[in-house]
Amino acid sequence: MNLSQEILGIHFKNPLVLASGIWGITASSWKEVARGGAGAVTTKSLWPHEHKGNPNPTIISTEHWMLNAVGVPDAGPVKSREEIGEYMKEHPVPLIVNIVGLSAEEFSAIAREIAPFKPDAFEVNLSTPTFLKLRGKLFAEDEKEVEDILKSVKKEIGKIPMFVKLTPNVPNIGEIAAAAVRAGADGITAINTVGPGMAIDLRSRMPILAAHKGGLSGPALKPIAVRCIAEIYEATEGKVPIIGTGGVYTAEDAIELMLAGASLVGIGTALADHGADLFAKIAKDMDSWCTSEGIKEISELTGAMQRELIKRGIKGTSMKHA
Amino acid sequence: MKEIPLEDRLPRTYRIAKIVQETEHVKTFTFPLSFGAKPGQFVMTWLPGFDEVPMSIAMDDGEELKITFFDVGDMTKELFKLNEGDLVGLRGPFGTHYTWQKDQRLILMAGGYGAAPMYFVANEAIKDNCTIDFVVGARGKEHLLYLEEIKGLKNTTLHIATDDGSMGYKGYNTEVLEKLLNLNPSPSPNPISVFACGPEMMMKRISDICVAKKVDCAMSLERYMKCGYGLCGNCVVDPLGIRLCIDGPVVKNEIVQNIAEFGKYHRDDLGKKHTF
Repeated sequence: MNLSQEILGIHFKNPLVLASGIWGITASSWKEVARGGAGAVTTKSLWPHEHKGNPNPTIISTEHWMLNAVGVPDAGPVKSREEIGEYMKEHPVPLIVNIVGLSAEEFSAIAREIAPFKPDAFEVNLSTPTFLKLRGKLFAEDEKEVEDILKSVKKEIGKIPMFVKLTPNVPNIGEIAAAAVRAGADGITAINTVGPGMAIDLRSRMPILAAHKGGLSGPALKPIAVRCIAEIYEATEGKVPIIGTGGVYTAEDAIELMLAGASLVGIGTALADHGADLFAKIAKDMDSWCTSEGIKEISELTGAMQRELIKRGIKGTSMKHA
Repeated sequence: MKEIPLEDRLPRTYRIAKIVQETEHVKTFTFPLSFGAKPGQFVMTWLPGFDEVPMSIAMDDGEELKITFFDVGDMTKELFKLNEGDLVGLRGPFGTHYTWQKDQRLILMAGGYGAAPMYFVANEAIKDNCTIDFVVGARGKEHLLYLEEIKGLKNTTLHIATDDGSMGYKGYNTEVLEKLLNLNPSPSPNPISVFACGPEMMMKRISDICVAKKVDCAMSLERYMKCGYGLCGNCVVDPLGIRLCIDGPVVKNEIVQNIAEFGKYHRDDLGKKHTF
């Protein structure tokens, strides 16, 4: 059974990717994730300038969910160029650089800073809940803003593949994805956190997160991710690769996201429970499951639910906003 | 790797049962609860509406939990203003802890408020019949902590070093360590272990001394943390890529020696490097 794939000219030894926002601040951390068996790593979001995050508590969880309001902190391009340069010397697995800004100009500026290092791909973060605090809405809610930003980033990065990370907090994620592809996105990453949510300390009567609200991830996110990926796959007719992220803890979770339409699968919150070795464990379990099911290429899984529906005479999934 | 119980990931507030002013700049808060913590572990300490920071646990005896802190940063200055009965959020315990053998000889190296977690080690280790040299160091005698408590421990010899000579040996506590190791005073069949908690440059010196003397050693490392349970990545050290909230804060010297940034730089909340 073959877990590897060539996607957008990039070789992935397995479909598992470190999701943006978890670990991922330094080259040492990216290399540790590669040693743990990941097929690729995604950096934390990089700004064109220093950006302060929120005070703590920023990350809290129970067995069902995690809330985070870290606030997308970053030291700016001097530090990110140093770390990316350090990683690219060894380059053990593909590096996806996640970028963020508050305007098309800012997204272009950070893309321009990083492109000379030739990372394997960019991931344009249009969906962090921190945008709600900074500008009152997410870029990923608005097709026009998505298109403007992606077009300007594309000009800076040439042939380096461009993914766009989308929010589940819209009624039409499929349409937004299709608009992104029209604007030049080579792939879609879905989904970012859902919500935001809140948690209150009973005695002090205060919101626990210093920012009061935070994006929800963890096990509860998975069914929403599966639905969003299915809608994106349908709307883009399976023509662009999807990095599916949301509540993946096991090989079965990863396979489910692939059946919905993902070619690659991001892992984030689950890493708190298991070290970097979780990547190797999930890859091995995927291999065993596929072998026992007679699946020879991992890519056979991508979008297989859609093909099954069509085989049964059902055209796409139901219950969508009109 | 060790699983962190899920209930430890959500802070909950508790009322401060008792406050002791240890020195002009150091206080100890006692809470009427136990996390079953072991010496060297830490709790995330939350002041609602302000901030949350990691703190070494000064004592967890199964009935009460104590933290001892220095009013050195914005958060600890706010904590310093609290009164008995006020609410503080706690979650944990997190991280690795110190381990020893029965009947072992331990040298505990404490710099500044590092005396608190080292006292927790001593209090537990004497129950295993360990013999202890407890070396406390500070700039001057007004910064020394826990002296009476340490004097009250059985099988424990207290050594004091102050930079200005206002109490005990005049100089660094690391010089006292070298003298103790040169004397080779171990009467017990087990080898000596050196444990250390304090400023990083003190621990760097201790790490190097223990390598030179081929003595077993572990120490409490400190890096900026957000989550405390392995997710945020802020406490990852170069070049190993390990997280100090999971693989630390108590780190064996064999690993410490491979942390290239140890004694050189640390990173802030943005991941930016700052030299010591």
